[in-house]
This record gives sequence, structure tokens and C-alpha cells, in this order.
Amino acid sequence: MSVVQERAPVNTPGGTRSPRPGTGRIRRRGVGERPNVLGGLGALIWLLVVAVPLYALLIATVQRGENYVPEGPLAPPSDPTLGNYATAVEKGLLGFVWNTALVTVAVVVLVVVLAATTSFAIVRSRRRLTDAAFRMFLLGLAIPSQAVIIPVYLIIVRLGLYDSLTAIVLPTAAFALPVCVLILVGSMRDISEELYEAMALDGAGSVRAFLWLVVPMSRSGLSTVAVYSALQAWNGFLFPLILTQSADKRLITMGLFEFQGEYRVDVPGLLTAVVLSTVPLFVIYLVARRSLADGLMGVGGK
Amino acid sequence: MSATVRDRAAPRTGRPGPLWALPGVAFFALFAALPMVLVAYLSFTHWGGLGDPRFAGFDNWTRLAGDRLMHRAVGLSLLLTVASWAIQTPISLLLGVWSAGRQRGRAVVSALFFLPLLLSSAAVAIVWRALLDPNFGPLAWAGPFLGLGTVDLLGGSTSAFWVIVFVASWQFIPLHMLLYQGGARQIPETLYQAARIDGAGRLGMFWHITLPQLRNTMTTSSILMVVGSLTYFDTVLIMTGGGPGTDTTIVPYLMYRAGFRSWELGYASAIAFTLVVAATLIALVMVRLTGFGSMRSTREGI
Repeated sequence: MSVVQERAPVNTPGGTRSPRPGTGRIRRRGVGERPNVLGGLGALIWLLVVAVPLYALLIATVQRGENYVPEGPLAPPSDPTLGNYATAVEKGLLGFVWNTALVTVAVVVLVVVLAATTSFAIVRSRRRLTDAAFRMFLLGLAIPSQAVIIPVYLIIVRLGLYDSLTAIVLPTAAFALPVCVLILVGSMRDISEELYEAMALDGAGSVRAFLWLVVPMSRSGLSTVAVYSALQAWNGFLFPLILTQSADKRLITMGLFEFQGEYRVDVPGLLTAVVLSTVPLFVIYLVARRSLADGLMGVGGK
Repeated sequence: MSATVRDRAAPRTGRPGPLWALPGVAFFALFAALPMVLVAYLSFTHWGGLGDPRFAGFDNWTRLAGDRLMHRAVGLSLLLTVASWAIQTPISLLLGVWSAGRQRGRAVVSALFFLPLLLSSAAVAIVWRALLDPNFGPLAWAGPFLGLGTVDLLGGSTSAFWVIVFVASWQFIPLHMLLYQGGARQIPETLYQAARIDGAGRLGMFWHITLPQLRNTMTTSSILMVVGSLTYFDTVLIMTGGGPGTDTTIVPYLMYRAGFRSWELGYASAIAFTLVVAATLIALVMVRLTGFGSMRSTREGI
């Protein structure tokens, strides 16, 4: 068990840090050691489990509906078409995407501002009140939105917000807050005391310390929070399902759910809509892989 | 009142007053904490969605205690949780450790493993339902091809349940794989070097170094899985609608059905409250076990 103690180096000030992921290429395998055949085989099997359905998903989007069953899901289409994409756009998919984008932007702004100010107070204010606030967020961490959807529905109805995009934004942001506060508290604790003291010596109050020290220093935490809340908003299903009903307030996940009823006989059409709905996230994945990975780890907290 | 508090704290050190936490706390309290209290209150009322909830005493609770469907749903939810944990943990642990290696090929394959995470659970459920459709999907082609006739996995009571387990694993294993990958990369290389000098084989090193060192990661990941299995609601609603019959009606789906199909929101609140209690217990365990509350950065906790 002494082995466990040796994890300490990460915390030793000025000590040797373990190499960060992505920097330096360290081969765990010694020279002349046998390759890990069993591990490679297992990874190959899982690769098939992941890749075959995704391949079937992509290839179906260029398949004609009437050829889908006869030709099978894996063969390249004999007569490829982009018609499915055109149909999905005609059915109003872009409108759903637009609504989802509006909701996502609003959620991200709300969450980033609220989580940043709250975490600042929790980390720096050293009062019982803010400690209690932190504990409340920790407990909120594991509360699934399903468990409280009925009172949320009641509150939204009483506020007169039922069937509006705002109705989706508010609870989505609230349920993203605990994870985001946790992430930001973590990254704000890493800002050194000396920097705060230097700011204070210059006569900076808390507003200036926040804007000119805390925000710039926790940029990576903030981008993780932004990506996490964007994912929550983009992929959210329950709040749109319960809190809206009209077609012009439909978000992308609800749109897909509706399509599923309509498209039962046209599997390629439905799968095309799914692929189109994922394009924005895929773009984020290509641009900001690191933040997305961190943001997704936050998703696991829900 | 608050002004004096800030005057004392702010000018000297730039420390923020507790007011900084107020917007975030108030927002979270209104849309997430208050509902947790309200759901308890609503479970003692009859409410059809319109008008005011009427007090009902213990009606809902006595009904819930005798509800066969609820007993079944609790059993199914437990089975779902245990099965998901038992399937996802070994696979994601092995894949995570494998992908932690810094070989180029492993990095490429890991990037592919990541892809299912970009799809929302609604999208994943829709894709799998389409791929498993007995009449219009690939199975209509594969069944006769393999000489099996019509294969309807979602129509069989046992197979439908296991399809849910499989789809959830397909969706969430990549996330847990990421957690284990991060954990495995933090294990100091020196441990392996020392073991190699002692002549340890690959299996021995995995058993005596990797596994014990991943203990904390395993705790985090397991708790996330358990909490996560409470949120498979989207998957069930889209893929099976709780069926065939009620064979995949897990607790959150039963709550949805009672609340937003039959509009017995009081009764549904009683079901939901059991979820709140379960989730709160898990949250307490989580705070205890992972030391989230202590003064260290989140990344180390993960």
C-alpha cells in the first residue's frame, strides 16, 4: 500500500512533475518487449463495436430509402444520393438548429457569468455563508433533472414561461451550475496568493481583482465550463420535452424525436437528420478537442 | 448592511463579499434546490396540471407502496444499474489503460473511440432504434440473410431490456474510458521501471501497480455510472416506450408516464421523490468517498 503514497510528486512544489498528457512521447513498453497482442485484440473488437454502427449511420445518409433494406446496411449504395439531406432541410431541421443555437448561447452566457462570480466568492471570501453555498452545489451535483421535473414544470407554468425558449434556458443553466462551479473552484484555487496581494497593493478592489486577475488566470477552466454547458444545452432532451409544445419552439433533440414517428419507414431520412444535428458538435470537436474532452468529463457528473 | 461587510473585507485585500455568490446561489436555489423541496410537498397532493394542487394526505404514498408497477420498476432500475456497472467498468478500465499508452496508433484509435460521445442520448437511442427496426432497418436484411426470419430485439421482453443495457454501454463506455485513461497516465513511470527491474511481467504489473493505482478513478467512475443509470430515461422513452408491455419501465420512465401521460402529477411526485432520496444518498457517498469537498483541485479528484 506504500505504493499509493508515491502519487505525491504532483503536489511537491518545484518537484518533478509527471509529464503532462500530450507533451513528450513516452513509450511505456521497454525495448525489445513483446507487443501487447491481447490488448490490441480487445481494442480492435471495441473499435468494430464503435465504428460499424457509425459507418452504417453515415452510409445510410446517402442511400435511397427504397434501396435501404434490399442492399443491406453495410454495402456502399449502388445509387448514392444527397436527397436525404435536402429532405431534412425541407422538413425544417434548420429551424430546430437555430432554436437550439439560441438556447445554447443563452445557457452558456448565463452559466459562465454565474459560475465565475459564485466560484470567486467561494474561493476567496472565506465565510461560512459561501462554504454553505459550496456544499449546496456539491449536493446538487448528483440530482438528476428527472427527479425534480414536476416542480420545475410547476414553477415554469407559474412564471408564465411555459412553451418558450426561456423556459428551457433557465432550468438547463441551473442544472449545469454545480459541475461548472466545481470546475471553476478547482481552477481558481490554483491562482497564487501573491498575485492577489500584488493586486491589492495596487489598490484594486474585488471587481478589478476579478476582471483583471481571476478571469484571465482561469481561462482554461472557463472554456471547459462553456463547452460543458453548451453540450448540456445542445443535447438536452427532458426540459424541451416537458416545457415546450409548439413546433416553432422545437429544439433539435425534440425535432429528431418527432421525426422518428414520421420517418418510421424511411430509416435513411431519419439517420440523415441525426447526422446533421451532430455537425455543430463535430466542428467543436475538431476545433477544441481538449476543452471538449474536459467538458465531457463534466457531463459524466450528471 | 452588506455595504459594511464589504467595506471591511474589500479594500485591504480585494476579497469579495458573499454578495458575489448571491446571483448564482439564488438562481440555483430557484430552479434546482426549491424543486427538491417542492417535489416532497407535491407528493402529498393531487394535481392534474391545471389549477392548484389539492392536499391529499398519504394517498399517493399508500398507493405507491402497493403499486406492483413501482415494485417492478425499482427492481428493473436496480438490475439496470448493476448490469451497467458490471459491463461498463471492466471494458472501460481495460480500454482506458490500453489507450493511455503513448504509441501513435493508440492515439488515433482513441480518437475514434471518442466519437459516440458527440451524439446526444436522444440521437444514440434514435440511431439504435432505427438500426434494430425489424421491418425497415438492417435487421430486415440481416434476418433472412442469416436464415433467422424476422428478428425483433426490441419486441422481446428480455431482449429489449438488454438492448437498453447495451445501448447505454455503447454510449457511456467512451466517457469512462477517458476517465481511466487520465488516471492511468498519472501513474508514475518509475513504478513500472522498478517492477521491470524486479522482473515483473505485463500481467503482474497490471495487477500490482495499475489496478491499485486506479482505485480513486474507479470510485469516481463507479459513482458516475450509478448516478448516470438514473438518467437512462431518454433511452427508454425513445427506444421502447417502457415496453414491450411494461418490461423496460424503470423508475424515471414510470414517473414520466404517471405525470405527463396520465397527468397524475401528485402521484408522479411521490415516485420522483424516491429518486431524489436515492440521488441524495449517492451524492453524500460521493462527497465522502472522493473528497470533492476538501481543498484540492478537481482534476486530481478525477
